[in-house]
Amino acid sequence: MSTFWQQVVNGLTLGSIYALVALGYTMVYGIMELINFAHGDVVMVGALIALSVSELLIHQGLSLPLALSIAIMVSVLVCMVLGWTIEKIAYRPLRHAPKLAPLITAIGLSLLLQQIAALIWGKSYLPFSHTLTTTSWSWHGVVISALQLDIFGLSLLLMFLLWHLVHHSKLGRAMRATAQSVAFAQLMGVNTDRVISQTFVIGSALAAVAGVMDVMYYAVGNYTMGFLLGLKAFTAAVLGGIGNLKGAMLGGLLLGVVEALGAGYIGDITHGFFGSNYKDVFAFLVLILVLIFKPNGLLGSNTQEKV
Amino acid sequence: MKKNISLLVAVLLLPWLLYFSAGQSWVRIIDFSLLYLMLSLGLNVVVGYAGLLDLGYIAFFAVGAYCYALLSSPQFGIHWPLLVILPIGAVCAGLFGVLLGAPTLRLKGDYLAIVTLGFGEIIRIFLNNLSSPVNITNGPQGISDIDPLHLGSIVFNHGLVFGDIRIPSVINIYYLFLLAVIITMIFSSRLERSRVGRAWMAIREDELAASCVGIHTKRYKLLAFGLGATMGGLSGGLFAGFQGFVSPESFTLMESVMILCMVVLGGMGHIPGVIVGSLLLSILPEVLRETAGWQRGLFGQVIVDPANLRLIMFALALVVMMLVRPEGLIPSALRRKEMQHE
Repeated sequence: MSTFWQQVVNGLTLGSIYALVALGYTMVYGIMELINFAHGDVVMVGALIALSVSELLIHQGLSLPLALSIAIMVSVLVCMVLGWTIEKIAYRPLRHAPKLAPLITAIGLSLLLQQIAALIWGKSYLPFSHTLTTTSWSWHGVVISALQLDIFGLSLLLMFLLWHLVHHSKLGRAMRATAQSVAFAQLMGVNTDRVISQTFVIGSALAAVAGVMDVMYYAVGNYTMGFLLGLKAFTAAVLGGIGNLKGAMLGGLLLGVVEALGAGYIGDITHGFFGSNYKDVFAFLVLILVLIFKPNGLLGSNTQEKV
Repeated sequence: MKKNISLLVAVLLLPWLLYFSAGQSWVRIIDFSLLYLMLSLGLNVVVGYAGLLDLGYIAFFAVGAYCYALLSSPQFGIHWPLLVILPIGAVCAGLFGVLLGAPTLRLKGDYLAIVTLGFGEIIRIFLNNLSSPVNITNGPQGISDIDPLHLGSIVFNHGLVFGDIRIPSVINIYYLFLLAVIITMIFSSRLERSRVGRAWMAIREDELAASCVGIHTKRYKLLAFGLGATMGGLSGGLFAGFQGFVSPESFTLMESVMILCMVVLGGMGHIPGVIVGSLLLSILPEVLRETAGWQRGLFGQVIVDPANLRLIMFALALVVMMLVRPEGLIPSALRRKEMQHE
């Protein structure tokens, strides 16, 4: 039984990272009905910048917590600017173009970010060897590390803040109005262009934090790390019901747990025929099953197609 | 008519001109671009005609290639002839297409794109891992020593000798692939103008309206998926026989994206557009590869790795193209009109 709970703990940690990235997808989709394919790569940029900056600062003799906090702040800032630029250059001019066009620019941007990152950081895996603390607690054979608690706690805090922002602020009200109908929001005096920009900026900031968490958790970063993470986060958003904030949080955590449990048990269930090297398949299987049986996701609302 | 004949002559002479001016490697690049053209024509059926966004199209190419590889290599010791394996590969790929299509056709646009993307990745993960406990695909190493493309005693991968004239292997392959491309092209242009093609376009423009005028939308969408996948499988088989080696590396998401870009950039649902798009995008990266030499000439050293640079240029081209001309380079008349209205 301790294996089970251990995998649940690992899954919740992983899932909280997915949830933060999923929030970025779901906010953008909710407002513009656009899959921001480059979002995963924003995560990657955030992760690699934090990695380099903290290495640099530690080299300069700063203490680890201070260096890490500065690194997180720098990467959040850079990603916010990046998110804003992406929206401005690649999506805004295409607001009224056929739906395939922004999808292709998104793919192009994703590729562009990856290749630029490959130029800057190289193609090899960069190790991140500094851990804040190695403290961990063991309870009935289940080990929980301080890092896992930190990741989980910080993402819960961020999710709470976002929730508050969306439901109890002027910007949040504007965002919800724009999501319901851009035209009507405009009639009510909402500057929808600015709201969309701000949505991208907020999503990118969350992505940066998620990237830092990912790099610390796996202790390694690479220019391709955003792709799979982004895809899984998108799955999480769909699982919870895309466009729905609560859904993205729930979907992220759930997907993390499903993946961890799947990877932990697939070997036993299939008597060793499939191993944990199939763990990435689970996210896609979940995605396909959800879309077939419950296309609106767990918490999504029904939409009726009109002619 | 006269124009057509001169075009045909030009196409037939092209490999010889390239062979003697630029060398064998460039003819090889053209061979590969013909394979890409076949793939784009197949994807064009799915995306261009029926309007179903497929981001995992390379999976069908992979199925065709692995079918060929498994049925004519030392992997299982099976060496079947080309004319048996190619259809098997095509049918297998078509079945996979229907298999993917059947449960997912209720989905629309972006959702369908993501599911097909997931499907493509699942196929690749399986190809990568189906090496133990039963070794089927040989894992990441892939399958090598695949039999060359051959009909009886004619082996296309080797040079042919007719009296005094020796036809180099790359040119052989060129003619073989050209034949396959022309057949695919005729097939899809006939499809486009048939009842089926009109049904697809009706579905693409408005699915609900199409079903209201009595089009069995589900059946036609499945047909599009199946036929598109069949074309992909066919070119996959040719790829395996040409290359003599397949591995999961060749079937990444990047390739699916590349083919989609060829179709969209050229002009969706319009065969001349698809031709231009796929030739341009498959040859452009090779030209950009040459930048290493230019950089050395200009700066005395290679400043930016050409492999990176060509992908950066490629990505920029995609973004700029969509911003400047979202309907594609050579759009069909219908589509151009649509874009002007908006």
